[in-house]
Amino acid sequence: MSARDDVFGNIRRSLGVNGTETIRRQMVQDRLERSPKGVIPQRGQVSGEERIALFRTMVETSLATVTEVASSAEVPQSIALFLRNHNLPATLRMGDDPRLNAMPWQDTTLEVAHGPSEGRDLNAVSHAFGGIAESGTLAMVSSADNPSTLNFLPDNHIIVVSAKDIASDYESVWNRVRFAYGKGSMPRTVNWITGPSRSGDIEQTLLLGAHGPRRLHVVVVRE
Amino acid sequence: MTVHSTSPQFKQNAARALNDSQLQKALGNVKQGFIDKRQMAADKLPEFEALRDSARDIKNHTLEHLDLYLEAYEEKVKASGGHVHFARDAAEARDIILKICRETGAKTVTKGKSMISEEIGINHHLEANGITPVETDLGEYIIQLRNELPSHIIAPAVHLNATQVEEDFRRVHTHLDAKRDLSEPVQLLTEARAVLRERFLAADVGITGANFLVAETGTSIIVTNEGNGDLTQILPKTHIVLASIEKLVPTLEDVSQLLRVLARSATGQELSVYTTFSTGPRRSTDADGPENYHVVILDNGRSSMLGTAFEEMLRCIRCGACMNHCPVYHAVGGHAYGWVYPGPMGAVLTPSLIGVDKAGHLPNASTFCGRCESVCPVRIPLPKLMRHWREREFERHLTPATVRSGLQLWGFFAKRPDLYRFATRAAMGVLGFAGRQRGRFSWLPMAKGWTQYRDFPAPQGETFQQRWKRERNGRAA
Repeated sequence: MSARDDVFGNIRRSLGVNGTETIRRQMVQDRLERSPKGVIPQRGQVSGEERIALFRTMVETSLATVTEVASSAEVPQSIALFLRNHNLPATLRMGDDPRLNAMPWQDTTLEVAHGPSEGRDLNAVSHAFGGIAESGTLAMVSSADNPSTLNFLPDNHIIVVSAKDIASDYESVWNRVRFAYGKGSMPRTVNWITGPSRSGDIEQTLLLGAHGPRRLHVVVVRE
Repeated sequence: MTVHSTSPQFKQNAARALNDSQLQKALGNVKQGFIDKRQMAADKLPEFEALRDSARDIKNHTLEHLDLYLEAYEEKVKASGGHVHFARDAAEARDIILKICRETGAKTVTKGKSMISEEIGINHHLEANGITPVETDLGEYIIQLRNELPSHIIAPAVHLNATQVEEDFRRVHTHLDAKRDLSEPVQLLTEARAVLRERFLAADVGITGANFLVAETGTSIIVTNEGNGDLTQILPKTHIVLASIEKLVPTLEDVSQLLRVLARSATGQELSVYTTFSTGPRRSTDADGPENYHVVILDNGRSSMLGTAFEEMLRCIRCGACMNHCPVYHAVGGHAYGWVYPGPMGAVLTPSLIGVDKAGHLPNASTFCGRCESVCPVRIPLPKLMRHWREREFERHLTPATVRSGLQLWGFFAKRPDLYRFATRAAMGVLGFAGRQRGRFSWLPMAKGWTQYRDFPAPQGETFQQRWKRERNGRAA
């Protein structure tokens, strides 16, 4: 008997079932189809300005920094300023996100490179799929538009998020993922990012910049 | 065969740990940090207790339908271009992983933190077959350099102090300037980051564990703070996920419930820094990510826990809160437990996986204070399950003869309430009289185990039952 058959056989023997019980199958199918929500904390259940304010507070709680710009046209200047303020070189890597591509990078002195990172970039910018106010989390989906390596390899990671994409809770983001990719389907990688990389492995002391970015900076685009 | 166990020598291990001053210093960090952080995180979320109920119910529902959710999960992984392999035991899992590594032509393998990989001893197996495994979680990297097992399931190097880490780095990183300053923890971190960055970029295969597997989408999930698990899986050509059968949850909504209790219970964070949902290999629209995606699903004795009292243990989401709150763990650390899983969760799980004959000491190493159960995010009744193991140990005559006859003697009296009351009253009366001067005994017959370390307080001459009766009558009057 194959290992697979053995494992299933043993599970079913222990549970006292044979796997063909209609009621069990229906329960499972029903849960997978309906995906019931469970307990949603009240904290995130706010809208408009209040939700954006909560998102900003929670982003800062996660030890990231956050700024707001009125329109996407202001993003390049805002990022150039961030890099200058931290004495970082005026270089930036990004994917092929059309929203980022449409921004006036030529108005800055930033040297912009495109494509995934090979591990030697200092700064990168990505566009988030959405934000989650409840915990100050950024939801990133992988594609050539926003390669996953940009989320982890550069020392300084900047994430642009549209204010309209900031949701109350994780469940709202899953609804959008389902709408974009189809129920039951996912992009290769979804990254939830809540703050810059850190480790507490040496004497339980919190240190930033373990393997991923030492700094995480979030730019909220209002428009 | 799995990783070699020293659980049968728990008593000797514990004695050694209590006299290890470096360890005792390091264990102070557990007591200080974790407990307060968890409490603050729980206090900040009014729904925390309701979420714990929800997490428990989701896990129970999944375990009751585990065969069907596994089928659904497998189908989804295949549909997204990934491969699923089932392993009955550790040896099968090791062989599957080695085979995939060989097919990829792997020389080095990076690893995200995975307790299951410790359970199956994959590192030694890969090394023995000419493949270099590199642990990338900072704590795991440190203990790999020392050839040790993790002493904590989320803080593997919690038993070490910074000076010990510095010594290891100087011993191993010989290509770096011998005079470099490593006196600050951040310098150690920076050095590890630079060394491991090269390893990440060079690796052919990345192995991660999984905190959860989602049946709805065929997704594996890892949770890290460092980002090492992500670099492990997106840079190499092949990503292998190693997970055990009980990691299944039905839907993305369900896993969101569990994620709300996991980080809060573990480190007191709202959410860990990186929560990563991986589904299949890279798509044609991706610019990076692994070309191959394999999931190895390990049973290793777990399916036999279903339908028994120990099924509840399969709810465990490996947050570490039970050991963070355990007075026995605080005293002896994780290595004394002698195998992969320490603390209260280890005391219940280890006998299930390697046998109560080998690990019988572990469920006995508990004061039954109940703190572990009170903080468990999925409400596993750990003291009750430890008691079950004690019963089984007794039934199987594994308990030492002196303990057995002592328990039998006590049982004889306990089953005869009048005799019990008489005997305890007599004993307390005698002891109370004998100790009335000093108020304590530095020596008592048959109580050397207690009195060689501390005095035994003299009873006041009255039994608990007597006093209870007296005070209750007093209150009623």
